[in-house]
Amino acid sequence: MTDKPMVRFDKVSKRYGPLTVLDSLELDIHRGEKVAIIGPSGSGKTTVLRMLMTLETIDDGVIWVEGEPLTHMERNGRLVPADQAHIRKIRSQIGMVFQSFNLFPHMTAMANCIEAPMTVLGMKKAEAEARAAELLEMVGLGQKKAHYPSQLSGGQQQRVAIARALAMRPKIMLFDEVTSALDPELVGEVLQVIRRLGSEHDLTMLMVTHQMGFAKEFADRICFFYQGKICEQGPPKEFFGNPKNERTRQFLHAVLEAG
Amino acid sequence: MWDWAFTLEILPTLAKAAVISIEATLIGFVLAAVLGLVLALVRIAIPWTAWPISVLVELIRSTPLLIQIFFLYFVFPSFGVTLDAFTAGVLALGIHYAAYCSEVYRAGFDNIHRGQWEASTALNLSAWTTFKDIIIPQAIPPIVPALGNYLVALFKETPLLSAIAVLELMQTAKIIGSETFRYTEPITLVGIFFLIMSLVSAAFIRAAERLLNRRPAR
Repeated sequence: MTDKPMVRFDKVSKRYGPLTVLDSLELDIHRGEKVAIIGPSGSGKTTVLRMLMTLETIDDGVIWVEGEPLTHMERNGRLVPADQAHIRKIRSQIGMVFQSFNLFPHMTAMANCIEAPMTVLGMKKAEAEARAAELLEMVGLGQKKAHYPSQLSGGQQQRVAIARALAMRPKIMLFDEVTSALDPELVGEVLQVIRRLGSEHDLTMLMVTHQMGFAKEFADRICFFYQGKICEQGPPKEFFGNPKNERTRQFLHAVLEAG
Repeated sequence: MWDWAFTLEILPTLAKAAVISIEATLIGFVLAAVLGLVLALVRIAIPWTAWPISVLVELIRSTPLLIQIFFLYFVFPSFGVTLDAFTAGVLALGIHYAAYCSEVYRAGFDNIHRGQWEASTALNLSAWTTFKDIIIPQAIPPIVPALGNYLVALFKETPLLSAIAVLELMQTAKIIGSETFRYTEPITLVGIFFLIMSLVSAAFIRAAERLLNRRPAR
């Protein structure tokens, strides 16, 4: 266990019919690393997160989490497609925050945050509530515990969603365009929470984002996806300061011009 | 024409029969609601069952309830399954309406946003917890009116059980008529009873709907 990557995509491909969304992806993400995934729409960047969260199956390759296969399991020394129990075991290390929040609308902020700890981790209600209260406090919503999602702004809902994911104590957090559905004035509060997570918690983070400024400041590495492949990757300074690939330059030019 | 003394005389007998009708309705509907839910859930949980279940549902919906009642009561004994009239009738009502209810549940589940399933997966909830805590509480309130309509429809079909001599309201009214040669009062009373019960049920359904749809104000 010298330095097993936290996440490894080992020649992972994903196809929808004739369309190849990801083409033999090879990507290692190290413990505590913060990786921003950027790229034009349809480049497969969201698919990367969705496959890691097991919301999408993969067609080829293997995804590894902390040295253990996620999509497969070992049987008689061979890797075979994983069964549900194995997937659930490995998946428990991963949390995800979605573009459209996906809070449970019939539950309060607190209930959203204690549902999984109680039913999956078997926590007692009091314990789960204490932990959830801490997390809601951390995301600045200590006063909104009893509110339903419909009573919260988009930014607040997204912060509850972050607290909800953290309540499961994941080692890896996935953020899928978490500010894209927000009004511009609410983007900052969500990014602030993510920033804080990054500095205060030992989390490995993968985020698909259109917020170039945030990616530049926050991420350890930027991966630029184009047509199902990593077209260019590197530390933000290098990536933004001196992009090597023509596609990257075009994309950055277009994005920075628009933004 | 209308004999009030006779009306009062037959009321207790009809009231007893009404209890049978209501029992048949309630048991039949619980059966329909539960079996319909099971069909809808199995269809989602085990994808290959979708086709056989939809064939079954279509088969049940496309044949008259009366034939299904006769089938259970008169045909099943030749396969060694003998049911008393009430059981056969209630079972037929339950199965017939389960087919309709399963489609209502299916529509309810289809209306749940994919993100709810995905969030459940991301939180590692089990399939059972996802259904029990996330999907069903959101899917059921909007379909209560549709289920309620089937409750009333099922209730109004209980007179069909008279065809296999279940002593429910219709059968009892018929017997009273044939014994006294007066049909006006018993049949009219049965009609009025169904009218009142249907109106009362509709009011209950509306109340239940309001209760279930209570959402915090924005």
